[in-house]
Amino acid sequence: MAKKVMSGAHFWQGNQACAEGAIAAGCQFYAGYPITPASEIFEHMALRLPQVGGLEVQMEDEIASLGAVIGASWAGAKAMTATSGPGFSLMQEMIGYAFMTETPCVIVDVQRAGPCTGQATKVGQGDVMQARWGIHGDYAAIALAPNSVQELFDLTVRAFNLAETFRTPVIVLGDEIVSHMHESLVVPAEEQIEVVDRKKPRKGDSKFFMLPEVAPMPSVGEGFNVAVTGSTHDETGRRFTADQAVHQRLVKALTGKITGNASKIVDFEAHGMDSCDVGVVSFGCTSRAVYEAVELAREEGVKVGFVRLKTIWPFPEEIVREMGQTAKKIVVPELNMRELFYEVERVVHGAAPVVSVNKVGGGEMITPEELLAEVVRSVK
Amino acid sequence: METAEPFSMKRYLRPDLTLPFCVGCGCVNVMGSFLRAAHELGHKDLSKFVFCSGIGCSAWIPSPYLMGDSIHVLHGRSIPVAMGVKLMRPDLNVVVFGGDGDIAGIGLSHLIHAARRNLDVLVIMVNNMIYGMTGGQVAPTTPHGLKTTTTPYGNFEYPLDATRLVVTAGASYAARWTTVQGEELVQAMKKAIATKGFAFIEAVSPCPTAFGRRVGFKDVAEMLRWFRDNSIHLEQASRMNEKELKGKIVTGEYVHREIPTLTDNISKIVEEAQKSATA
Repeated sequence: MAKKVMSGAHFWQGNQACAEGAIAAGCQFYAGYPITPASEIFEHMALRLPQVGGLEVQMEDEIASLGAVIGASWAGAKAMTATSGPGFSLMQEMIGYAFMTETPCVIVDVQRAGPCTGQATKVGQGDVMQARWGIHGDYAAIALAPNSVQELFDLTVRAFNLAETFRTPVIVLGDEIVSHMHESLVVPAEEQIEVVDRKKPRKGDSKFFMLPEVAPMPSVGEGFNVAVTGSTHDETGRRFTADQAVHQRLVKALTGKITGNASKIVDFEAHGMDSCDVGVVSFGCTSRAVYEAVELAREEGVKVGFVRLKTIWPFPEEIVREMGQTAKKIVVPELNMRELFYEVERVVHGAAPVVSVNKVGGGEMITPEELLAEVVRSVK
Repeated sequence: METAEPFSMKRYLRPDLTLPFCVGCGCVNVMGSFLRAAHELGHKDLSKFVFCSGIGCSAWIPSPYLMGDSIHVLHGRSIPVAMGVKLMRPDLNVVVFGGDGDIAGIGLSHLIHAARRNLDVLVIMVNNMIYGMTGGQVAPTTPHGLKTTTTPYGNFEYPLDATRLVVTAGASYAARWTTVQGEELVQAMKKAIATKGFAFIEAVSPCPTAFGRRVGFKDVAEMLRWFRDNSIHLEQASRMNEKELKGKIVTGEYVHREIPTLTDNISKIVEEAQKSATA
């Protein structure tokens, strides 16, 4: 069999790093539907998964893709799909199903310029709120935001681990720039990659859902007679279509296992947080311009604090709130017309004014100079 | 391997639940036919089966009433989930139960593609010609001209023949029977379970609550008589013209053939990929 983990230094495209991260994490099943700018993940999986004993299939649409992933997950496999805006929209009902049934799975959304078909080949960051609120009904999301080819590998591994730990769909919220650029990365040795597997039930167990400590997950064909349903159900999977108490207990359990464990999930990097004049909160490809803008600002005598989100959901509230206490102004650059901005504003809660820097379409990024101009304007 | 023990439906059901179906609902017959078939094939329990179903009354046949693994999915999406299960566990019999709205309406593309791929699952479509659970709206299978809650002046569209469709798309097995032809239905289920490849059974089934009542049948018995008197066997139908066939339910085995299945084809690819990667 071919090597599962391609340990060593490489110069890869982001989408390839994502696919290799999935395989390194133990992904055995991929179902997808072609879409720009995510197709290379699918193509690389199609080449590599069979080599390591896994399966890939092209489905008739994105709904079916995530459906097959969920079926494979209940058959015991770690499974993934990747898509972009329009496909991500189509998947929302199925994401709700995975959330409701506590099905571990990974969905990569390589963001492009929307709404609608928008600009298929051009970068966007407009799915931030869809990743959080896309499904109907109550929800608690996990969404990771890589900003380099290395992180597309690392965070895809982490996405699988979080999905298995919390039995929930996990979204890798990438973007066209990070997915399509080539960059150096290092794939660690296999034994250095932390891989988490779902907790399995013991013989005689009958509670497979909504336990506060995350219930063990049987696979079909193991003799547990598991009843999985997207309708309201109790710990045993029995359906309750009208009972208020059961529904509330279920929804609290599903959302609670994410929100209650937010501190274990949240991940970010923070720079220059002490006595900063201006704060910047950013993620994904946009955050790559911030490093340079921070340097340029320092040359002009402006101290800039920088929080770069690796998880967008759950939102790293504490560090952003802390920034609001020190910074005189917080700048939120993003490739949409204000999404992350609202979350920052909610968390800062008036402690400091929050300013938005936006750009959409055409594959244009926010430049370090544009950011610098806003940062400097903030302190004058 | 025939079992000597007498058939008991209860043996395959979860003990603490009451079936949810209306009086006269054909879902009970379809459930019984399937379990009889499983019994006659020697299955003492359902441990070798995985059931997937969507949304609708017939989706509740397996979920959660059958004592086995069941995945009760979104409306229309049971077949893709069944595909994920089957690909990872080709040793298990994966069976989909769904209504005509679920399988031939919202989920139709999945049905066609499953037949095209020759995905080794059995899809049992309980065709009651109506959206029953939601209260009697027109379905893609509702006969032309019939009044439903969303076609109060009569259905101005034509019904879909799902069985003929899957034959064209590449199914390995396809049959249609009504619940009145109980024995034929059981025998078809047995063949379908044993089929390698995509198997489809359309069970034309009475919904006295949301269909029969509105269409004007005075009771279930009258509806079943209509099924019986309107059913024409495929062989007989082949000698009739389009006009004579109008409004008839054409029953029988439409196809039974051996074609390499999706799991056969995929496992070959995986084997070759592994060889070429290590060569």
